[in-house]
Amino acid sequence: MSKKHVKQLEGRPGQTSPLLALPTVIFLTIGIGIPILVTIIYSFLDRAEIGMGVKWHFNPTSYKSLFIIENLDGTTGFDSRWIKVLWNSFLYSGITTIVTAIFSIPIAMWIATRDENKRNILLAAVTLPFWISILIRTYGIRQIIDDNGPIGTIMHKLGYAHYHIIYTPTATLIGLVYVFLPFMILPIYSSAERFDFRMAEAAYDLGARRWTVLRRIVLPSIRPGIIAGIALVFIPALGSFLQSDMLGGGKTNMIANVIALNFGQARNWPFGCALSVLLIALTLGFVKLIQWIGKKSTGEKVSFI
Amino acid sequence: MTTSHTAPKRRRLVNLRNFPSFTAVSWGVLFFLYIPLAYVLFYSFNSSRIATIWQSFSLHWYSVTFHDPDIQRALSNSIKIAIGATIFSTFFAVIAALGLLRMKRAGSAFAWALIGAPLLIAEIVLAVGTLAFFRAVNIPLGLVAMTIAHTAFCIPFALIPIRARLGQLDNAPFEAAADLGANEVQILRRITLPLLAPAIISGALLAFAISIDDFITSFFLSGPGSTTLPVFIFGMIRSTVTPEVDAISSLLLLFSGVVLISSYVLNRRRR
Amino acid sequence: MSFLQIEHVRKTFTTPEGGEVHALDDVSLDIQAGEFFVMLGPSGCGKTTLLRSIAGLEYPDSGMISVDGQRIDDIPAYERPVNTVFQSYALFPHMTVEQNIAFGLEMEKVSKEEIKQRVEFALAQVKLEGMAKRRPSQLSGGQQQRIALARALAKKPKVLLLDEPLSALDLKLRRGMQIELKRLQQETGITFVFVTHDQEEAMSMGDRIAVFKDGKIVQLDTPREIYRRPVNAFVADFIGETNLIEGSATETGIHLPGGGFISRNHIAPDCQFGTSGPVTVAIRPEDFELSENEGALKGTVRDVIFTGDSVRVHVLLDETEVVASLASYGVRVPDRGETIGLNPLEHSARTVAS
Ligand SMILES: Nc1ncnc2c1ncn2[C@@H]1O[C@H](COP(=O)(O)OP(=O)(O)OP(=O)(O)O)[C@@H](O)[C@H]1O
Ligand SMILES: [Mg+2]
Repeated sequence: MSKKHVKQLEGRPGQTSPLLALPTVIFLTIGIGIPILVTIIYSFLDRAEIGMGVKWHFNPTSYKSLFIIENLDGTTGFDSRWIKVLWNSFLYSGITTIVTAIFSIPIAMWIATRDENKRNILLAAVTLPFWISILIRTYGIRQIIDDNGPIGTIMHKLGYAHYHIIYTPTATLIGLVYVFLPFMILPIYSSAERFDFRMAEAAYDLGARRWTVLRRIVLPSIRPGIIAGIALVFIPALGSFLQSDMLGGGKTNMIANVIALNFGQARNWPFGCALSVLLIALTLGFVKLIQWIGKKSTGEKVSFI
Repeated sequence: MTTSHTAPKRRRLVNLRNFPSFTAVSWGVLFFLYIPLAYVLFYSFNSSRIATIWQSFSLHWYSVTFHDPDIQRALSNSIKIAIGATIFSTFFAVIAALGLLRMKRAGSAFAWALIGAPLLIAEIVLAVGTLAFFRAVNIPLGLVAMTIAHTAFCIPFALIPIRARLGQLDNAPFEAAADLGANEVQILRRITLPLLAPAIISGALLAFAISIDDFITSFFLSGPGSTTLPVFIFGMIRSTVTPEVDAISSLLLLFSGVVLISSYVLNRRRR
Repeated sequence: MSFLQIEHVRKTFTTPEGGEVHALDDVSLDIQAGEFFVMLGPSGCGKTTLLRSIAGLEYPDSGMISVDGQRIDDIPAYERPVNTVFQSYALFPHMTVEQNIAFGLEMEKVSKEEIKQRVEFALAQVKLEGMAKRRPSQLSGGQQQRIALARALAKKPKVLLLDEPLSALDLKLRRGMQIELKRLQQETGITFVFVTHDQEEAMSMGDRIAVFKDGKIVQLDTPREIYRRPVNAFVADFIGETNLIEGSATETGIHLPGGGFISRNHIAPDCQFGTSGPVTVAIRPEDFELSENEGALKGTVRDVIFTGDSVRVHVLLDETEVVASLASYGVRVPDRGETIGLNPLEHSARTVAS
């Protein structure tokens, strides 16, 4: 970019031209924008007769088949399979969010009230999982809850050998909680760290007991962190693939698994795309909801980047 | 009236900063977070062929890992993609930051939506969308395709620290530089970029970690012969699980630890 | 019997470097019911630590604290009959003014109607009736201060603890609040323990003042006594402004720099000093007058500063610089460079332990 050009556009010193961002915008239009567009378009097309891909023929049948099954004899009926998948995805993500929040609030507060050296070490300890591949972490938790793993062995010893955790919805949930726990701890911690303990002291001084202080002073103060944590856990959990695949026994019980299936063995791209569009819509709806809640309860805008 | 100097016999007055049971819950959470990792690490030294059954201590599976040509190929693919994605995404993030951050104009909403999309939209959606798009325009699956896709979703991660840093800076150093006669290009080179340097490095590290750990996008976009390490490991887990999986996982754990510590040291030094 | 009793309280902190700080070093105090008691001292002398120990936010290592005959150092903060006005106010940002004040009453399970009444009354006490529905962030610093006060007063504590409550206010507002606090204390009859490091504030508000240094009480007395009879050079210097002048004692009096001499019967009658050797003499700037007499402290005027109600004259006596504060009218104001003589008023010069 020419110096002259930069000069013309300058506002304050050091302010660079907005045009600098143009290459990024163009690249992202190709790398993100167009794929989303293609997804939307494909969701309205027919599946290819053979192999992968689509047939260029407008047909909203993919959306119809989210609810309606066409039997071989030509009759149609209500199909609850995909609704169930959606419901499961919501349910699992919701439970994951609640469980992670319940455990993250104590640990975040606890870390925030340690002295500085200890705090840094503990912070590193909850940050490390961030840097570890989700695949490996999911594998790790799988080894723990495997029938031959420690949990399975203990259950066997206790005479519960006929109970299995692995390849059940419970396993998926354990995996989701395990993987997304740090996503909840860290934002709550950053709120908790900023919590001014003099506020709690004032409450004690006015006669409040511990639980009251926690409920009426601490929790409202760390609410922005909790809201951020909810967004950071619920959104990726809703689109999660590995946990239900590796722990839930490959049964297609969350949206992402069904999408993968339709781009894989099932070879129904339009249907996979329709599910993708649905997932995008649900995610954006949730984002709006969280932003609304955030604005309402903290008066601040929730920003995702 | 008492005048004793000794500590009074008092009710147990606990630290007001602690909430009951928080300590126990916290240790429980830490235990839960680390026990699976410790377990994997431990079983990587298993001599048995079956990952979940302990036989005896051995470095056998590390040796297998180091001599496995498939793993080497997958690792080399992963690194190539990660390096490419890191360089490109950091570059795009820096110019986007410079262009957008001190501007509040209508056009920037669209740009922000694009940048933020990978953080909101499920990875699988972007992965299959990209797959569909690439097939439609005949971009072959493989390293190039994966590098493009990784670059796209790494941009927001590379941008996060840069944005945070820019938010902390006020106008003073820029105004001072202008006052001392620096033109815009000189300000950029001598003030802005050096001030952002630590954040750019953090962003690059983050992008690298995200890229090298990525599974889903690579799973859909890897063509024949261009498997990445996570995709390869996923395949191993799916078929027969030998302690080789634990051995590779442990090596990757070690790597993550090193990256975390180095970014920590970097942050420390900056302060 | 005293109302708030503090006996042999000790508190030692370990610093991160491993050192020890004796924040409270065997402090004993008796405070009377309805008294406006001020604790004064330089930064880090342990005032806050003592106040927090009374509030129950810090636990002393040893010692005893009791209020109204009831020992309180062995009960938790939330059960103690004392309340605090925090330096930073510590208002709850997510609650309205009303909710902030009601909070402490809710903790006592006071009935709804009574809470309403008492909140209204507390707001009236601090003259902020119209602000009930606002949030702390929508109030000015001075208003926040009053709310913090109202919140504590609403609990009708036996003792109200105030930790430098006015330090964040500007001078004018501060003066106003000082008067108001004093008035409130008299009206409510509540015992106030007020911490400050502003000696002027301490003098103007306190019934009695305890001067702290390094975790110990150096002097405890009425403002007047502390001002007029400081026990040592530290107090003399800390309370008000004082010229500390090194002199040497003789049988008849004290020789001072600049050819000055004060005879024994001219020095404050309660001061004792030897017949030889060095002594430190404390003279307040306002206790100097211009004098041509023999025995006046003679020196060169270095600076003349007009402050409105007075003129401050800096005079160099040999090596020692002293400040005299002269009335700004009615007397001749010396010029810079002029040689003048200064004489302390009768019985105003004191000898002090250094
Ligand atoms: N939690 C703590 N840990 C270690 N040292 C402390 C702690 N609290 C106070 N101190 C030390 O104890 C001493 C007394 O502190 P305190 O806060 O009581 O002083 P202060 O008289 O209120 O001072 P200021 O006028 O500055 O508020 C200081 O030296 C301080 O550094
Ligand atoms: Mg203090």
